[in-house]
Amino acid sequence: MSNTVTDSKFLTGSARFVESRTGASAAVKEFGRKIFPAHWSFMLGEVALYSFIVLLLSGTFLTLWFKPAMGEMHYEGSFAPLRGVEMSEAYASTLNISFEIRGGLFLRQLHHWAALLFMAALSLHALRIFFTGAYRKPRELNWIVGVALIAMGMAAGFTGYSLPDDLLSGNGLRIIDGLLKSIPLVGTYVSFFLFGGEFPGTDIVSRLYTMHIMLVPAVLIALIGVHLMFVVIHKHTQWPGAGHTEKNVVGEPVLPTFAAKGGGFLFMIFSLLCLIAGLFTINPIWNYGPYDPSPVSAGTQPDWYIGWMDGFLRLMPGWLEFYIAGYPISFNIFSALLVAAVLFGAMIAWPFFEAWLTGDHRDHNILERPRNNPTRTAVGVAATVWYLVMWAAASGDLIAVFFHMSLNDVTYVLRTLFFLGPILGYIVTRRVCLGLQRKDRELVLHGIESGQIIRLPHGEYQERHIAVDPHARWKLTAFESPAPVPARANAKGVVPRSERVRAKFAQFFFENRVEPVTKDELDAAHHDHHGEVEGGHDAELAGAGHGELPKGH
Amino acid sequence: MKLLSARRRHPMALVVLLLVGLLLTGGAYALFTSNSSAKAQEYSSDDVAQGQKLFVANCATCHGMSGQGTENGPSLVGVGASSVDFQVGTGRMPLQMSGPQGQVKKQQFNQDQIDQLAAYVASMGPGPSVPEGDYLDASKGDPAKGGGLFRTNCAMCHNVVGAGGALTRGKYAPNLQNVSEKHLYEAMQTGPQNMPIFNDANLTPEQKRDVIAYVRNASEEPSPGGFKLGALGPVAEGLFIWFFGLAAVIGITVWLTARSK
Amino acid sequence: MTSKDHDGAAGGTLDTVNGFTDPGLPEHKPRITDVEPAAAKVAERQVAAWFILSMIGTIWFIVSYFLFAPDGSLGRLRLQNAMLGIGAAIALGSVGIGIILWAKTLITDAEVTEDRHSIAGSAEDQAIALEILNQAKEESGIARRPLLRNLLIAAVAIAPLPAVLVLRDLGPLPGDALFRTLWKQGVRLCQDPGGVPEEDRPIKLADVTIGSAFHVIPEKLRESEDPLNEKAKAAVLLMRIRPEELNIEPGRENWSIDGVVAYSKICTHVGCPVALYEHQTHHLLCPCHQSTFDVTNHCKVIFGPAKRPLPQLPIAVDSEGYLVAQSDFHEPVGPTFWEIHTRSTDA
Repeated sequence: MSNTVTDSKFLTGSARFVESRTGASAAVKEFGRKIFPAHWSFMLGEVALYSFIVLLLSGTFLTLWFKPAMGEMHYEGSFAPLRGVEMSEAYASTLNISFEIRGGLFLRQLHHWAALLFMAALSLHALRIFFTGAYRKPRELNWIVGVALIAMGMAAGFTGYSLPDDLLSGNGLRIIDGLLKSIPLVGTYVSFFLFGGEFPGTDIVSRLYTMHIMLVPAVLIALIGVHLMFVVIHKHTQWPGAGHTEKNVVGEPVLPTFAAKGGGFLFMIFSLLCLIAGLFTINPIWNYGPYDPSPVSAGTQPDWYIGWMDGFLRLMPGWLEFYIAGYPISFNIFSALLVAAVLFGAMIAWPFFEAWLTGDHRDHNILERPRNNPTRTAVGVAATVWYLVMWAAASGDLIAVFFHMSLNDVTYVLRTLFFLGPILGYIVTRRVCLGLQRKDRELVLHGIESGQIIRLPHGEYQERHIAVDPHARWKLTAFESPAPVPARANAKGVVPRSERVRAKFAQFFFENRVEPVTKDELDAAHHDHHGEVEGGHDAELAGAGHGELPKGH
Repeated sequence: MKLLSARRRHPMALVVLLLVGLLLTGGAYALFTSNSSAKAQEYSSDDVAQGQKLFVANCATCHGMSGQGTENGPSLVGVGASSVDFQVGTGRMPLQMSGPQGQVKKQQFNQDQIDQLAAYVASMGPGPSVPEGDYLDASKGDPAKGGGLFRTNCAMCHNVVGAGGALTRGKYAPNLQNVSEKHLYEAMQTGPQNMPIFNDANLTPEQKRDVIAYVRNASEEPSPGGFKLGALGPVAEGLFIWFFGLAAVIGITVWLTARSK
Repeated sequence: MTSKDHDGAAGGTLDTVNGFTDPGLPEHKPRITDVEPAAAKVAERQVAAWFILSMIGTIWFIVSYFLFAPDGSLGRLRLQNAMLGIGAAIALGSVGIGIILWAKTLITDAEVTEDRHSIAGSAEDQAIALEILNQAKEESGIARRPLLRNLLIAAVAIAPLPAVLVLRDLGPLPGDALFRTLWKQGVRLCQDPGGVPEEDRPIKLADVTIGSAFHVIPEKLRESEDPLNEKAKAAVLLMRIRPEELNIEPGRENWSIDGVVAYSKICTHVGCPVALYEHQTHHLLCPCHQSTFDVTNHCKVIFGPAKRPLPQLPIAVDSEGYLVAQSDFHEPVGPTFWEIHTRSTDA
């Protein structure tokens, strides 16, 4: 190997130095011309990645001045409305970062805004993956890694949010304490172990600090590494389109185009976050005051990505707490943990459930347009609506004030929507998807309405329709509409119970569907409406091979 | 018994309660507080007479011809001049319509008329009078002490910087940003609507001034981090990152992946 | 090279679906910068301008750091924060825009196609892998020596136990901590001073007029071992209601005086301070999850996710006229926990 390098005329100087010590040419060969399809929706994961880089950089700076200690002291810094107030060292050092360290406030705001953007981008990325079916074989494992990233992102956010030991985050910790105490049998012990005794104690900030700056980021970095490794192994998915097949990937090579765009994009995300951090206040802990177990502020809410769990706590009625032989079952509280388990569990299970339901175990590298899989899209919207209802519930008090409604009525409405919202979301979305598919069929069969009215020789008036060009038509017709697979007998000739259940589910999910237009249908349509569709004659249609008959598909 | 001895030592409390019980005709709308420090403001008998005319014309429908209260409005005996100055001065009274609570609106009377009304209502029975200017001077207050008091006594309803918040069944604690020093003091002193009354034993006049100093500070000092987003906390921040941050990001991605001509 | 440049008709790889044949990738149209050298020159100048602007942004940041150094006023700090943010945004954003413009206008935009290969290895590779594993199994004897194998598994399985054991001292066991507070007979009710500590301010019965609400802590709270832990349990809200409006339960007749009642401020849901007192409806609202308690009915829950009423603190008046506790709470305060009924409080 080294011989070939030394002999190479192309490598000189430092490149030769690196190559002969690392064999980097193999990596360049492997990754240099990897192809990434260009579409805006494929950049959302990168937004999360770049926000994470900003988080690591800004967070490292913050550790230089932050003191994760809960000893009590009196503030003597420059912020007058807190002078003389008793507070923990953690809170005082956060004030110090904000008011005394030049650029400290900017770094704090940059860090917090980046965290919010990180979680928002992760969420939107996950929705994109779900609604386009990108999680299907062979990418199920990477989907699970992604779900784990969201969970770890929440953990990172919550541990960081609690560090300044201010009134808002302290009340958030108090809620965590109550949540832990509600766990049957072990809850009290879990709470005492986490807080080092009674709430709030003097240990929690340093413990959360260790998790926030070491354990959680280490896990996040490892998961991100695995996530990206899988992207390389699987190669990127691509949208359906002419020339895009299951066997290829069409796009821009890493070197130079994609690397340039991706690198430039990193700078732009960083820039956007700097702009926001410079101009918009986030988490003004100096307003909240130091943590004290007695006061509380109106509008006490967690950061947005924890909001849905807080909202769930608000929606549960108190009668869900009951006693068995004198021991409390606080179902109204610990069910928040169950809901989180249900949501994350369902996300992890979905790819496997869908494969079982459809009996489809093939590889999928071409994405599905959301309308072309109405059932999945409807399920996704139902889950999103459910999440949003809980999310809205976390700001029920603000909704009530803002819209001049009764706080109690807002809660009653949201409790109803908690059950009805997902069902309505499912039904409406399915209808909309099927409607859009029918519209696609119309477009292919009858062309685009040009708005031009023509008069035929015999006096009839008609609107001129323009046929869809073959590239666009391919996108509208080249997809599968999954039909319910009926229950099948196994090798022994028996139809197992699980198979019958599966068939029932499949029937429910896929009964109503719209088939894509076939070539035969299109030809028939052209025959019926002769002359109506401009360019409707085969001869006028451009594109080699169009006139060929279907090749036995 | 301990309880009895306690009562015996506080005969005034019982007498006062008895008096209130006799005077009040209507249910839950009792506004009563003893306010030792506030000195009775001097009103002329002419003020009282003018105030009575205004009262009969504008207030008596709900509060009764002599302020004794009706089904539609509480008794005003003993609410004091301070309460009138607050309720009428902020435009809450006269009520525009019935609802969970009175709304702030443009005041319907000028300050002279409000003083006359206050004089008349104050003549019905002893109650807190309009606060003295010395206790309204925010510059003499300590915003740090006031901040601690505000977080303990006020923030749960009004939010830590006085941005306001929700109460039960459509009621709400208003935003304090543009409330004048006098009205802040009067609100603490008289407990309008569902707000608890903070008498001088609970918050001394000096402490009330500290609270006013804090509220002024919180609403007038610029937010060092930039735009405040309504000072509503994480909800506003979350909405901002979704509707501004992510929208900007998507704009960038669309530009980034668009083919140039 | 696994990729090949695309030229519009990708030969035999095109599919036929539903009778339609894939027309292949659309023809690549050159950009204006590809065909007109003048346009490419303009694009180059634009990119250069962005890179120069970036340097100006960096300098702006450095200048702002010194020029707008905070002087203690919030306005000044706001100015510095904005200037640093804008400087950094220009420094980074201009680099980003410059690079992307470069890529969009000057780097070729022809789409490239790469073939996909099966994720699973070839049959040959799989066979070799299987053989290696079998060989390892044979050579190690792991299948032939089940005793060693099972002992290894057992040893590794219990090896983490010491690590778990050390976690035991994360905290003390709960013991009776949740069953007692600083309140006991004769402890005076004092006003919560808020942030700046001060002398205890005990409350006289006469101070608590109708409609008022006092935020209360036990006297000598600051002298206790863990003032915050104690405050987290002992915080109390003191209110006065006209006695005829109070529905007093049998057994609690002497827990209040002339309508003055004291209730724990710690929500029985998840522990937020229930501090929103509406003095006309006599409702207490928790701002965190909206549990609503009715003070006239022993703080029974009338709305929201809480279940248990707020515990009442029995109060009395001492010889100097100050309000004092009669005893501790009669039940644990704060969130429900598993052992809540296993013992009683010291009351």
